[in-house]
Amino acid sequence: MRNGRYKIQSLLALLLLAAPAFASAGGGFTVKNGITIATVALAVFALLGVVLQMVRGQNGGASKKPAYVPQNARFISLKKGHDLSIVGEIEGEEVEEAAVNTFAVQPPDIVGMSPIPKVLVEVGDTVKAGDPLFFDKRFYRADEPRLMYVAPVSGEVIAINRGAKRSIVEVVILKDKEMQYREMPEINLEKASREELYTYLHDTGGWSLIRQRPYNTPAHIMDVPRDIFISTFSTAPLAPDQNLLVKGREELFQKGLDVLAKMTDGKVYLGLDGRGKKEPSKAFTEAQGVEKTWFSGPHPCGNVGIQIHHTKRLKVHQQVWTLGVQEVISLGALFAERRYKADRIVALTGELLKKPRYVHTWQGANLGELLKDNLLEGKKARIISGDVLSGRGKKAENFLGFYDEQVTVIEEGDYFELFGWLLPSKPRPSVSHAYLRNALKKGPYYVDTNTHGEQRAFVMTGQYEAMLPMKMLVQPLFKSIVVNDYDEMEGLGVFELVEEDVALCEFACTSKQPLQKILRRGLDMMHEQS
Amino acid sequence: MKEQKLLKFLKRIEPDKQKHPFWHTVYDGMFTFFYTPNAVTPMQGVQIRDRIDLKRTMIFVVLALQLAYLLGTYNIGQQHFQALGQYTGLWEGWHLKLAYGLIKLVPLFVVSYAVGLGIEFFTASRKGHPIAEGYLVTGALIPLIMPPDLPLWILALSIVFAVWIGKEAFGGTGMNVFNIALLARAFVFFAYPQTISGDEVWISGIEKVGMAYQGMDYGWIHGVFDSLFRSLGWAEFGQGGAPVADAFTGATPLALAAKGGWEAVTSVPQYSLSNMWWGFIPGSIGETSKPLILAGALFLLITGIANWRIMVSMFLGAAFMGFVFNLWGATPFMEVPWQYQFFMGGFFFAMAFMATDPVTAAGTNTGKWVYGFMIGVLGMFIRVVNVAYPEGWMLAILFMNAAAPLIDHLVKRSNINWRKQ
Repeated sequence: MRNGRYKIQSLLALLLLAAPAFASAGGGFTVKNGITIATVALAVFALLGVVLQMVRGQNGGASKKPAYVPQNARFISLKKGHDLSIVGEIEGEEVEEAAVNTFAVQPPDIVGMSPIPKVLVEVGDTVKAGDPLFFDKRFYRADEPRLMYVAPVSGEVIAINRGAKRSIVEVVILKDKEMQYREMPEINLEKASREELYTYLHDTGGWSLIRQRPYNTPAHIMDVPRDIFISTFSTAPLAPDQNLLVKGREELFQKGLDVLAKMTDGKVYLGLDGRGKKEPSKAFTEAQGVEKTWFSGPHPCGNVGIQIHHTKRLKVHQQVWTLGVQEVISLGALFAERRYKADRIVALTGELLKKPRYVHTWQGANLGELLKDNLLEGKKARIISGDVLSGRGKKAENFLGFYDEQVTVIEEGDYFELFGWLLPSKPRPSVSHAYLRNALKKGPYYVDTNTHGEQRAFVMTGQYEAMLPMKMLVQPLFKSIVVNDYDEMEGLGVFELVEEDVALCEFACTSKQPLQKILRRGLDMMHEQS
Repeated sequence: MKEQKLLKFLKRIEPDKQKHPFWHTVYDGMFTFFYTPNAVTPMQGVQIRDRIDLKRTMIFVVLALQLAYLLGTYNIGQQHFQALGQYTGLWEGWHLKLAYGLIKLVPLFVVSYAVGLGIEFFTASRKGHPIAEGYLVTGALIPLIMPPDLPLWILALSIVFAVWIGKEAFGGTGMNVFNIALLARAFVFFAYPQTISGDEVWISGIEKVGMAYQGMDYGWIHGVFDSLFRSLGWAEFGQGGAPVADAFTGATPLALAAKGGWEAVTSVPQYSLSNMWWGFIPGSIGETSKPLILAGALFLLITGIANWRIMVSMFLGAAFMGFVFNLWGATPFMEVPWQYQFFMGGFFFAMAFMATDPVTAAGTNTGKWVYGFMIGVLGMFIRVVNVAYPEGWMLAILFMNAAAPLIDHLVKRSNINWRKQ
């Protein structure tokens, strides 16, 4: 990590340290002085080298190609970013069945959804898994297909909860004991035209699994994407092991890839884990009909946005699609089994859990039921649907996000800390080197939601750039969003980013700027203009 | 729980925000100094935040300056007594030198913070903003770049100008175009040039009577120290008014080099390389001691608070220009070997603490290389070629502050064009 910086720093230090030596020697450059300086310099340099090795080992930044990566494969090694190590990791690979009864589909999870979608069910209705619940009115014209959002489980609709200005925030379903699936119409993947495929997906809810870049909205109903990207590993803090998610569902994953290949004129790209810690599942390495790229580096190299940037960059007026591994599996099931199977393996993580573990459940599971009997007592908990960087804080009565496959529970940080800025009483993660402990010890750290300081104007520079492995001027980009400079925003590549990509920058920001919020404002502005 | 008691006490004395906005702002500034607030991250956006904040960042720069403060204080006394021909050895009469330095420096320091923070508090309360930490560093920097004998009212005036016009008018910390500390110095430089340029200002407590120089009379505060020293049986200040030593000229190494090149500098016995390197020469208070400044710079580099790109490129720029002048060799000053240029003047202080100000420097990494290099080149150019100004870093940095947005603009254009391909 940032080895170049250390090297140049140490060189500079040497240069400067050498000067007094020859100053005290009376300014003359004799051979004897030269040898003395050179010896001291070498000794110091060797010492620094050892320290560097230690630091590098700590950060796990070995960028060598691991043995399991095939010889001729495309391997991209990224340096920028930071692996946050926090307490609450799952041990083992056991997946338990979660006892969750209520599930919800939440329109606010879907970026760009109109606040009041057209709801097709009423409280008291019974639905099967795959029955349509609502559709986005904005997309709907008489001659256009409706983009349906469907029930993840079968059961009774027990509530349609509304938020501010009567917007619909949750459609809640009480799950049956025995799951019943809506039988989807027959479709032959080999023979179907692209239009037939699209109609099928709009109707069966398969389309809702696909997100497009730019903007991270659901793919537009008639668009043909340039390419489709899938990241098969996650580098976010405590993120689930994707190998585990695909285990036993390898065929469905491949089927999903086959479907996707039919929907684009370009290619389906798979981003594979080349960090060398764990070999990716065969479902990924031996996937057919896709282009594979291996990535190595600290977080956020597992983010699909970073992978798009390095595989085939997104340009203005282009669209690509992105999916998660479990979404591809659901898509595959739509064709292989003709069912909307939105079952998810969810990682329950975080320091406030008695036992972090994997559970098997369905899309939009109730968080309180997921975490039942697993929360540590006596501490104020922040339940996060997603990871600590880009997830959303929720309450126990809320539900897992539409695309989320992780729950993190950490402590609320609403305490005052005496001289917290000067002499921190608790070790907390930091990418800064202004804390000796953080420079030397990688973690894992306990975390809380305290902001550790107040919001300020942009003061430091170069921080964001060091946390985002893209050829992008991040801080100038954010300044252009703040001042609504549309042209510059577009020129500097706002369309390549979504919230999760800048989440680490937001974490690292000394001025505590709300970068994800600012970015969303910029993206919304762009979206309206286009 | 002592901690909780303090917290309760502080919460009890909180002034009402509506009735006393100014005192509430001051209170808030003090409270956040004692306690990191209990604010938590919002439900949307990042859920945990990095430990670092602007307070720690800024205080680290102040910490990095402490060595320069230490030697600066001692050197004020050292230069004063050396000029008078008393206690010429480095550690002779150290208590007098330290006391003399403190008597000069503490008022400068106090005025700097009192005036600057006063304005900061006032504008923050007017705007309803919390107090930003920017002046913590600026206030510590300003005394170090001034001559020791600067009248306090001029210092106060320069700070009013720099903070009010240079910073608050632009929107406060993070918004200013020019480096505030250098702006204060530039104000003194152009408005009261006799107090900050020439041969007579860099050594404290020397006045011109008729045609001859002599030491000024010591004041009451020296008398207080004298009574202390007397009780300890140490040497005392006495009355003052002693004539200067025969060899005294007051000229700084830079002034000598401008006239007669490196030979003129080394002909003065006290301007040995070692003295120049360690900082026992006349000059602005904090700029003279190279190793102690570099120790501070190294501290900032290791903690990642100052930008290494600017430091390296500025060093390269100055070395490059010095080397070009060596080849050119039109004046004696140009012939000063390039490495010796670094022994004179305030290059390292400017490099470590002035050019690296993140707000006024170029914001892009590529831009920083250009920015630093150009400061090095321009500063050396002003120092050597322009006879009117003895030192170039202040003007070079202020000029490049103005040019930094342009550099960033060009870097942005190149990124935009690359993205269009």
